[in-house]
Amino acid sequence: MEDSLLLDAIERYRNGEMSPQEKIFFEELRKNNPDIDQLAAEHNFFLGELEKMSEIKTYRHNLNEVENKLTNEGIISGKGAKGKSKIVYLWNRYRRTIAVAASIAGIVSISTATIVSMYSEKQKVAIITPLVDHKLNQFERKLNQIENKVNEASAPPLVKLPVKPKLEANFRATGFLVDGNGYIITNAHVVNNARNIIVENKKGDQFFSKAVYVNKTTDLAILKIIDTSFKKVSGLPYTFLKSSAELGEHIFTLGYPREEVVYGEGYLSANSGYFGDTTSYQISISVNPGNSGGPVVNKNGDIIGIISSKETNADGVVFAIKSKNIYSALDEIKKDKKAESLKLSSVNSLKGLDRVQQIKKLEDFVYMVKGN
Amino acid sequence: MNIYEQEKALLEGLAANDTNAIETIYRENYNTIQAFVVKNNGYPEDARDIFQEAMIVLFEKAKSSSFVLSCQIRTYLYSVCRRLWLKKLQQQNRYNPAIETLKETIPVEDEIEAHEKMNADFNLMEKALIKIGEPCKSILEAYYIQKKSMPEIAETFGYTNADNAKTQKYKCLVRLKKIFFAQYKNGE
Repeated sequence: MEDSLLLDAIERYRNGEMSPQEKIFFEELRKNNPDIDQLAAEHNFFLGELEKMSEIKTYRHNLNEVENKLTNEGIISGKGAKGKSKIVYLWNRYRRTIAVAASIAGIVSISTATIVSMYSEKQKVAIITPLVDHKLNQFERKLNQIENKVNEASAPPLVKLPVKPKLEANFRATGFLVDGNGYIITNAHVVNNARNIIVENKKGDQFFSKAVYVNKTTDLAILKIIDTSFKKVSGLPYTFLKSSAELGEHIFTLGYPREEVVYGEGYLSANSGYFGDTTSYQISISVNPGNSGGPVVNKNGDIIGIISSKETNADGVVFAIKSKNIYSALDEIKKDKKAESLKLSSVNSLKGLDRVQQIKKLEDFVYMVKGN
Repeated sequence: MNIYEQEKALLEGLAANDTNAIETIYRENYNTIQAFVVKNNGYPEDARDIFQEAMIVLFEKAKSSSFVLSCQIRTYLYSVCRRLWLKKLQQQNRYNPAIETLKETIPVEDEIEAHEKMNADFNLMEKALIKIGEPCKSILEAYYIQKKSMPEIAETFGYTNADNAKTQKYKCLVRLKKIFFAQYKNGE
């Protein structure tokens, strides 16, 4: 029973129920007796744990009471959320899943659309416009007719005039010499289905030509002047760039959107063409039907490309075939034709000139391509 | 009263087990925590558990004499709940680095560790109490928790006098201590 008294004493001491004398006595006892001190420490610890537990128990009980009260007030959502709060809860919980599902759906639909558009080439053509002028105006046609009549009326000529082609053109585009022997490069879509092809230089001299090479894939065509009145020209002032041109390079072009040569300038805006077509550039320039086949020249006088088309619904989005393709075209011609040696000029006499001088030199080599 | 004083009063209330203080803190903070838990892969029930747990951590803090309020209760609770919940997710392998709101948090790792130890001790004592069975459990609770006097206990439990009840209580206490310390040493 001594232990019982001892524990009682420890508890009373702990609770401060001892008289001062008792306290002193008890403290002395602890100091002088290690066993009792050990027991006291242990019991104190135990009582502390018990008190802590009881406090937390009470506190937990209070927490639960508050929680229940607030749940009844609707401030804390109950176990089975209902109605609107349920929807909000479900949305919060599943919105990430929903987002993932939605993005997968999005990716699928985008990729489907991409695949569909990749395999439907026709649509591609529908949005870009080849720059051939098929609507030669009435005035120009009348002019041609009158000219023909005048020629007839003056016959038989005393002086032997060069034979002028007598035909009504229904398209007009541009081309330029790649070889002084009468080889002119233009777009395949220009001369496609043409029965007669005439090229006309700046002075108005017209020459019958035929297409010696047409490649619809690269959209390049090479014409050969077959007219006897054509005399070999020498001294092509430009060279053809073999490498890629630089983004932002200033470029210019000459072409025949009208009966007269028209100058236009712009810059290289992308290294690929329509739908990422790497055989073309995207350039920003103002062009019109008739510019097709025109040379795209950089400031050094290198031909970097050939104008082919523009995006119908956008302003200043023009596509030009890269000059690299001209080289491959020539290689192909050399392969299957015994054509006389076709050689690109290697001398550039435009370099360092100011723009006006460059144009003056260049315009003699740019031809109007027309026919029916 | 400025915010600091208000919060100090709240914590004092909490330490004194005052229901009003608990209610105020609940009203001001519960919804933020629930939103956080629900956004991070949890149910509202999880939020209730987590919040209670955090409230207990805060209670322990408030009761300790060394406690100084270094941040707002709001920040403290959010930090503790966040830590507790992420830990729970990790334990259940449900963790994925989820939506983190850009709320201020403070490091609470130490507190949570201390709290976990306390929880374990609490469980030991509860288990030991259950083990000694009735009427010992009730007698000890009446004396040590409800702080009833011996004559009261003798009356409630049908002992002829306070001394008999005291003897009984002593026997119970010895058993409880034995069980508690046995478990305590095992747990160490």
